[in-house]
Amino acid sequence: MRGLWQAFAKNRLAVIGGLVVAALAVLAVLAPVLAPWDPHRPDVRKILEPPSARHLLGTDQLGRDVLSRMLYGARVSLAVGFVSVGIAAAIGIMLGSMAGYNGGFVDATVMRLVDLMLVFPRFFLLLAVLAFLSPSIWTIMVVIGLTGWMGVTRLVRAEFLSLKEREFVLWSQSVGATGFRVIWRHILPNAMAPVLVAMTLGIPAAILTESGLSFLGLGVQPPFATWGNILNEGKDTIEIAWWLSVYPGVAILVTVLSYNLMGEGIRDALDPRLRRGAGRFVARGR
Amino acid sequence: MLAYALRRLLLAMPLLLGITFVSFAVIHLAPGDPVELQTGDMSMQQSAQAYQELRKLYGLDQPLHVQYWNWLTRIVRLDFGRSFAPDGRPVLNKIAERLPITLMLNLVEMIIILVLAVPIGILSATRQYSLFDKVTTVFVFVGFATPDFWLALLLMILFGVQLDWLPVSGLRSLNWEYLSFWGRQWDFLSHLALPILVATFGGLAGFSRYMRQSMLEAIRQDYIQSARAKGLAERVVIGKHALRNAMLPIVTVLGLSLPGLIGGSVIVESIFAIPGMGQLMVQSVFQRDYPVIMGNLVIVSVLTLLANLAADLSYGLVDPRIRLAGRRGRR
Amino acid sequence: MPTPVFRLGAVVALAALAAAGCSSEAGLPGEPKSGTIAPAYGDTLIEASIGNVSSLIPNITSDASSREVGDFMYNGLVTLGRDLEILPELATSWTFSKDCLTLDFQLHQGVKWHDGAPFTADDVVFTWEATMHPKTPSAYKADFDAVERVEALGPHAVRVTYKRPHARALLSWAMTMLPRHLLDPYVKAGKIREAPQNWSAPVGTGPYRFKEMKSGEKIVVVANQDYFKGRPHISRIVYRIIPSQATIFLELKARGVDVASLTALQYKRQTEYPAFEKAYQKFRYPSSGYTYFGFNLKDPRFADRRVRLAFAHAINKQELLDGVVMGLGREATGPFRPGHWANNSAVKGIPYDPPRAATLLAEAGWRTRNADGLLVKDGKPFTFELMTNQGNDERRKIAEIIQASLRELGVGVEIRILEWAAFLKEHIKKRPVRYDAVILGWATAADPDQYVIWHSSQVGPDELNHISYINPEADALLEAGRTTCHQADRVTFYHRLHQVLADDQPVVFLYWRDALPAIASRIHGIEPGPAGIRWNFQGWFVPKHLHRYTAG
Repeated sequence: MRGLWQAFAKNRLAVIGGLVVAALAVLAVLAPVLAPWDPHRPDVRKILEPPSARHLLGTDQLGRDVLSRMLYGARVSLAVGFVSVGIAAAIGIMLGSMAGYNGGFVDATVMRLVDLMLVFPRFFLLLAVLAFLSPSIWTIMVVIGLTGWMGVTRLVRAEFLSLKEREFVLWSQSVGATGFRVIWRHILPNAMAPVLVAMTLGIPAAILTESGLSFLGLGVQPPFATWGNILNEGKDTIEIAWWLSVYPGVAILVTVLSYNLMGEGIRDALDPRLRRGAGRFVARGR
Repeated sequence: MLAYALRRLLLAMPLLLGITFVSFAVIHLAPGDPVELQTGDMSMQQSAQAYQELRKLYGLDQPLHVQYWNWLTRIVRLDFGRSFAPDGRPVLNKIAERLPITLMLNLVEMIIILVLAVPIGILSATRQYSLFDKVTTVFVFVGFATPDFWLALLLMILFGVQLDWLPVSGLRSLNWEYLSFWGRQWDFLSHLALPILVATFGGLAGFSRYMRQSMLEAIRQDYIQSARAKGLAERVVIGKHALRNAMLPIVTVLGLSLPGLIGGSVIVESIFAIPGMGQLMVQSVFQRDYPVIMGNLVIVSVLTLLANLAADLSYGLVDPRIRLAGRRGRR
Repeated sequence: MPTPVFRLGAVVALAALAAAGCSSEAGLPGEPKSGTIAPAYGDTLIEASIGNVSSLIPNITSDASSREVGDFMYNGLVTLGRDLEILPELATSWTFSKDCLTLDFQLHQGVKWHDGAPFTADDVVFTWEATMHPKTPSAYKADFDAVERVEALGPHAVRVTYKRPHARALLSWAMTMLPRHLLDPYVKAGKIREAPQNWSAPVGTGPYRFKEMKSGEKIVVVANQDYFKGRPHISRIVYRIIPSQATIFLELKARGVDVASLTALQYKRQTEYPAFEKAYQKFRYPSSGYTYFGFNLKDPRFADRRVRLAFAHAINKQELLDGVVMGLGREATGPFRPGHWANNSAVKGIPYDPPRAATLLAEAGWRTRNADGLLVKDGKPFTFELMTNQGNDERRKIAEIIQASLRELGVGVEIRILEWAAFLKEHIKKRPVRYDAVILGWATAADPDQYVIWHSSQVGPDELNHISYINPEADALLEAGRTTCHQADRVTFYHRLHQVLADDQPVVFLYWRDALPAIASRIHGIEPGPAGIRWNFQGWFVPKHLHRYTAG
């Protein structure tokens, strides 16, 4: 562990990324304490006020304080990131290990399922599911998770394929360990490294997807704020209310940047400790 | 190898069938009704009779499996049917008039990304943690993190409104027909400059990081050490040995992103008013224009399956380990 | 350069109209008001539309963009004037029989289709046949429901016979006329969508003729030199498709479009600087659409009139207007537009009165509050779901403001925004409806008949009385209003209906939005009125020295 940390700490950018991520998490958790105004209550007398002492980041089109909305929005954006990636990773690990360990028919089925999901246009899938379930924070998290597990599956499967043949696995099998035990205690921990990296890199992608969904009108329900939907509302008033575009835009930028730097730092740190086998498909499409 | 390819092709057929069936089912079962939207969209002049007539015209009064069968038998004859939209035009026409511009945009974007990402990736890898590496890292991630529509609007305001250097939106100017040949090319270029800029800036990160990672791993391999030990110049070591191996996964990734070439970004297309495939798909989804949705899906699926197969084959061909290892190394 | 022949032609046409003794009078389109500036021919007008044009035959489509483009190229028998009065277009005059069952039209002579063929009464008969043909997918069949037959009494005379008196009769003939000689075979075969008329070669009688279309990009029409009312002044219109409101506004500022609809925010805060005011003229007039807060009247909570009235008292309409449309609109007291003859100006809006709202709710049984501050009755807190459709910023903001207002009252509101197609199919059109309350709007027509919205017979699945409103007095008024063609009677009926609906509040009427178009200042001849500004677009012109584009 110590070696890992030292390797990570060498990468200055990654450390900065990690600190920012931690700071954001703290801000998000403390939002109810820190937010000066009620983020959901409209006040039509204060529409689109520029940043001032009372409203540090200005007000939006319904007179609500932008700072408060951004603090609460941090919770939603980060939650969307974590939960959807968590779901995707869970599915991916499960399917990937099944495919990699068992091989044969199971493997073929899972890979065909992956192909099916990759071919299906993501937007349509999102629309169909959201139409069935109606958009809310939870359904969006589930949907992004359900459409993003393919990369993790391939990663895990690839690790399994290469690790399956190694000595300690053969040894534990000869000692009589069952398949499940072998997977859980021996193979998975080694496969976790690239999965961890993929997860870290998937969080910013989820945040960006949510803001894209807001643009199309399929994002989180009002009156809840996310950085994506504040940005989206602000796009029509860029010239007279720059604060609605700049602050959430910068926030998204900084967050995504930090996660990416941190994730890459983790990967670089883990790298020498693992021999990468066949398959390096860190699918990271937009 | 040939046997492998043939077997994959054969396996692809039922997969394709499965994809079309699942898609068909999902699309038709999703709530919403194209007929509803056309004859009874909460306007005061709707009529129940028109509704029934239109349902019959679209074949929506038949049970789902009959509809699917009808659609399937027509598709194998390459008859993609007619759109449900009031213009009633053949689906292939609608796709064909939008495909060229999307293809062109995507191709240009991909070329620019490759041209930029490969050197950036290589240099970042060979000079890991240097200033260059750090600066380019931050730069490409900033591009990744910036939401498309935000960047687009900012650029439009800057270049289109305030500086008036570039047109704000659209594909061509009004007087396009009266321009000379070169005038027309220039006009196209100036209209596409901003959309390509926005798309490229966002897409640079993925590829350059991947290239960097691939290069880093290639450098760490044992044979690089031995090449150095042999006394070869660093330039040869990197340029000849490491690079060739680092490019392998790139080729695969390139192949896998081929099917994506025909999909457009609906956000960029909406903001810049470019009539491309992205908008076509999104509009047909919102209007439940089933023939167009299915037509597009079939084309994308076929292309994806072919590209997957080609990527696998090329990877096997190029990487002797895989080829020689036979069945064991296959993906 | 305008030749003397065209000018003469216009004068002759005017004289002919006057001589034919049309049974209505109003300013004729084509007369620019600006006295000192001489109207000139030429220049190009560039319009922008968010929606795509889906068809070039307006009769078989219902989206606004297709209709706008259709207005350039086609004519109806009648049209609307500035004050929403009915003006002759292809018809020169008309008469109703005493029992309101027969309508006779006299048509213009010498009108030609864009391909040179003459327009005759037979085309009118054909248009009716085509619209009503069972295989024609037209959304307008209901308009002609009451027609028994249409017959040509001569090349320039048409008689329409109705099965029953139908108040909308005259206005329904503003429908665009179609050419029999080009479309007959397609209609008979049930394949009207496949006719070249629909996509590549539309032929109408209108002031502009089709030049070209690039799908999803633009449509270009050029002035019809042989237009029967005289060639329109502006030589070319380019209709651009730009699917993003933000982009349209930027194009307006970059002078890439000449006409655009502004949002309230843009009108009030983004266009107040000198350069803009110099380059553009802004207009403001009440649009024909109102937004409402509707209830599922089968839900026992909302069936109680006191609850609905309480909600109406709890919502500050002025605050709503200020918050959502920057004050650019007016409160709605009923379903008729302010300024329209059917609107009863004596009807007062429901005032903002939260104490009264609380009292009304208490009377309805909602007296105690629980730990969350919500009103409780029979052990159940008062919470409901408020639905509206995605893609409409105004409705979303309204929902948020109502949510906050009702929360103070002690009622919990959960907002649910749904994609339109799903919303329509799964929640509004099903019976029983699957919603508690909705924020929606109605686009009212020039004719005030709203039978399909409020009558108790219209509560079936797919019908428009989705709130399930049942009121015998309203029923009687609706029936009376639509079956007479005597204007004075109609006024009485609709004024009374307005009062009935205001007292009953089946929905809380919120507001009428203002339409806020901005047009390049070089375009002259615009006269805003209750019908908007487009009613006389044929008469718009650009003075010679201000021409920006040479006509192609």
